[in-house]
Amino acid sequence: MIQLTINGKPQQADVEPDTPLLWALRDSLLLTGTKYGCGAGLCGACTVHVDGQPVRSCVTPVASVAGKKVSTIEAAGDSRVGKAVQDAWRKLDVVQCGYCQSGQIMSAIGLLSTKKKPTDADIDAAMAGNLCRCATYVRIRAAIHEAAKALA
Amino acid sequence: MNPIQNVSRRHFLQGVAGLTLGIALPAVSQQAGAAEAAVAGTPFEPNAFVRIGTDNIVTVLSKHLEMGQGTYTGLATLVAEELDAAWAQVRVEGAPADARRYNNLAFGPMQGTGGSTAMANSWEQMRQAGASARAMLVAAAARRWNVPATEITVREGVVSHAASARTVRFGELAEAAAAEAVPALVTLKDPRDFRLIGRHAPRKDSVAKTDGTAQFTQDVHLPGMLVAQVVHPPRFGSRVKALDATAARALKGVVDVVQIPGGVAVLARDTWTASKGRDALVIEWDDSAAYRESSDQILARYRALAATPGKTARKDGDVEAAFQGAARVVEASYDFPYLAHAAMEPMNCVVQRTATGLEVWNGEQSHTVDQAKLAALFGLAPEQVNIHTLYAGGSFGRRASTDSDYVREAASIVKALEGSAHAQVPVKLVWTREDDMRAGYYRPLFHHRLEAALDKNGRIQAWRHRLVGQSIAAGSAFEPFLVKDGVDHLSVEGASSLPYAIPNLQVELHTPTDIPVPVLWWRSVGSTHTAYATETFLDRLAVSAGQDPVALRLQLLDKHPRHAAVLRLAAEKAGWGKPLAKGKPGERRGRGVAVHESFQSFVAQVAEVTVKKDGSLRVDRVVTAVDCGFAINPDIIRAQVEGSVGFALTAAFYGEITLKEGVVEQGNFGEYGMLRINEMPRIEVHIVPSAAKPTGIGEPAVPPVAPAVANALAAATGKWATRLPFVTRQFKA
Ligand code: FES
Ligand code: FES
Repeated sequence: MIQLTINGKPQQADVEPDTPLLWALRDSLLLTGTKYGCGAGLCGACTVHVDGQPVRSCVTPVASVAGKKVSTIEAAGDSRVGKAVQDAWRKLDVVQCGYCQSGQIMSAIGLLSTKKKPTDADIDAAMAGNLCRCATYVRIRAAIHEAAKALA
Repeated sequence: MNPIQNVSRRHFLQGVAGLTLGIALPAVSQQAGAAEAAVAGTPFEPNAFVRIGTDNIVTVLSKHLEMGQGTYTGLATLVAEELDAAWAQVRVEGAPADARRYNNLAFGPMQGTGGSTAMANSWEQMRQAGASARAMLVAAAARRWNVPATEITVREGVVSHAASARTVRFGELAEAAAAEAVPALVTLKDPRDFRLIGRHAPRKDSVAKTDGTAQFTQDVHLPGMLVAQVVHPPRFGSRVKALDATAARALKGVVDVVQIPGGVAVLARDTWTASKGRDALVIEWDDSAAYRESSDQILARYRALAATPGKTARKDGDVEAAFQGAARVVEASYDFPYLAHAAMEPMNCVVQRTATGLEVWNGEQSHTVDQAKLAALFGLAPEQVNIHTLYAGGSFGRRASTDSDYVREAASIVKALEGSAHAQVPVKLVWTREDDMRAGYYRPLFHHRLEAALDKNGRIQAWRHRLVGQSIAAGSAFEPFLVKDGVDHLSVEGASSLPYAIPNLQVELHTPTDIPVPVLWWRSVGSTHTAYATETFLDRLAVSAGQDPVALRLQLLDKHPRHAAVLRLAAEKAGWGKPLAKGKPGERRGRGVAVHESFQSFVAQVAEVTVKKDGSLRVDRVVTAVDCGFAINPDIIRAQVEGSVGFALTAAFYGEITLKEGVVEQGNFGEYGMLRINEMPRIEVHIVPSAAKPTGIGEPAVPPVAPAVANALAAATGKWATRLPFVTRQFKA
């Protein structure tokens, strides 16, 4: 049993310590919003926040986040920034297949939590690790600007 | 006659009260539901296009998969428009597999999604479903209020009688409406009265896909479910010689190891344990019957074949004679690699054997084909295979596998468990990214050779186009429709349909049959390569004749007004003919154009590129003009164009699956790169207003992108890119 704090709640995951956080979330805690895309830190589909920082949960052993605060897409709407990002995503209909979008949103929240008014270069730097096979990039960029406006 | 039928009373088994409309069918026994039906003593017909519940929710049953293209939203728009529902009260559900009710009208007797047909084949059907429901709600209200139906109006989910100032919501009328007769004929709205079609209806999947609740196959968790991971053969055609599963079985959480036709599966309680178990397997492979060629060797063989005549796909005039009389001959050849679909959600499927049949959960794109294959595997009737269609995390054709590969694999694991303690537990097959990338089912590798004969004024007198590549349709259920006289339409589409007025034109095809690499349709299919070859070659001819590429195309498109219209519009919006802003010192810039028809939609694109000294490049801007008939949802059309541009640029910059002695060299996004946000160009989309029946937009904006960019690169550097992906060192200053 590994003790975790997920989305503000204490949780126990009945998994081996080497299990990536991704699979502990998905298979043990049934928080399936966080997605598997590559398992190798290459696509960003599995992005969650650990102590407020975006991390790739597929290459983060669950044991390494014991005692830290993990937040996932399921709780994205609980924060002011997260809510603004979700609203912007919906307003602009960013999603296509949607599979990468949990990760995109978590990375965007990470960006807007540290940069209130990101430039296009800031967006490139923060979001280039999140692949979208449907190439929704035009709208991801627009939605981040939109969310920044709403938060200003 | 109105093909829509009232199936409300057959629906109570699902606990849904209200009005349900499906498609008229002769009564048929439904084995899957037979047990429950016997209990209820009534036929069980769990199918419909639209259901209105007493809770005031309108549910549209989508016969098509939502894999990103906005299909659910589009189908719901058609129903809601004619129903005069409020958009907020409309939900969408995936329909179950049932080829008789939910067939794709463009495919005939098959249910499936592809070929950009979802809107085109549903355009009338879904509106009829909505209009029928509306008429029955009106009839029910007229009866309740004892007023003539003609005095009743419907708006935003509310039925009103103005004279008596009475209103009622759909939900409150649903049960009464279910008792009304289905109108024999319905009149669809005049497009001038559309309130949703042609306007902005927000996507129905936006909320669930932004809060983690959207259900993909990957997300299915069922009581007792096991997760399976499979070791696949290293080469196409390798077989297991010896298997040692001792270490895998010893791992805590590993439940079973089974051998299946395509490899060895490890079953565990969770995904991570299954993958550890899989890594612990020791397998010796027998490669004696395996395919061992490298992609370079395939290409060399294709080049040799292209020097010889192939099967005729099109023949106009007399090409031989025209070449003999030519003042000048221009020729070029092109190489296109194998491409993986690399949908963001790697392939997966959940299968459960039950007492009465098979339950399947899948991002199901090819219901009929998969249902039949699974039924055959278990000796069941197709209707005993119940498919739950979930969202697909992308597909681009991959989930419509012609031989149901990954779906069969999941089922064969379940079959291997027959007689064991786990014979009836749900099994979720989870492919890794590497499984997904190495499994084959690629866009086929192609080689093209083009020759043109020009007269002394530079006019094109003859055009010969030879293509070499594997057939997608051969050996599949689609072969009878798609292969004629040895020519697979999917190999030559876009080349054999060349719209340009050239008096002598011949298209020939070689179809090698000795390569066992599985191939499959990949977003825009044949046009992924034919548009590139034809549109860059035409630009070469324009340049060699000193003609403007847009002007030359317009001259040759006299008989093709829809091509010409999108071309003119894209050129005008892009500022064609006006000088391009200069780059920074050392940078070269260029502008290029391409136009192509696929799936009866017409798309022209103008691309602007900047090339640095070292040959590295960026696409700055892509202007698109599209004619896909009546625009049901302009914003989704724009989104599809944006996504298509990115998808096509990924192929142009990065996409390449190679074989080395039969082994696929790429496994993950490190080796099989993908366009990133910082590489995305500015995109402008212009939609040609049209009253024509809608066609598709999921694919047609892909084909012209790469040739427009290549033509822009040639304008900037004078070099023609004759292979994809681009080799940037070719563009070094
Ligand atoms: S799944 Fe973690 S980065 Fe791709
Ligand atoms: S929306 Fe499909 S991968 Fe991003």
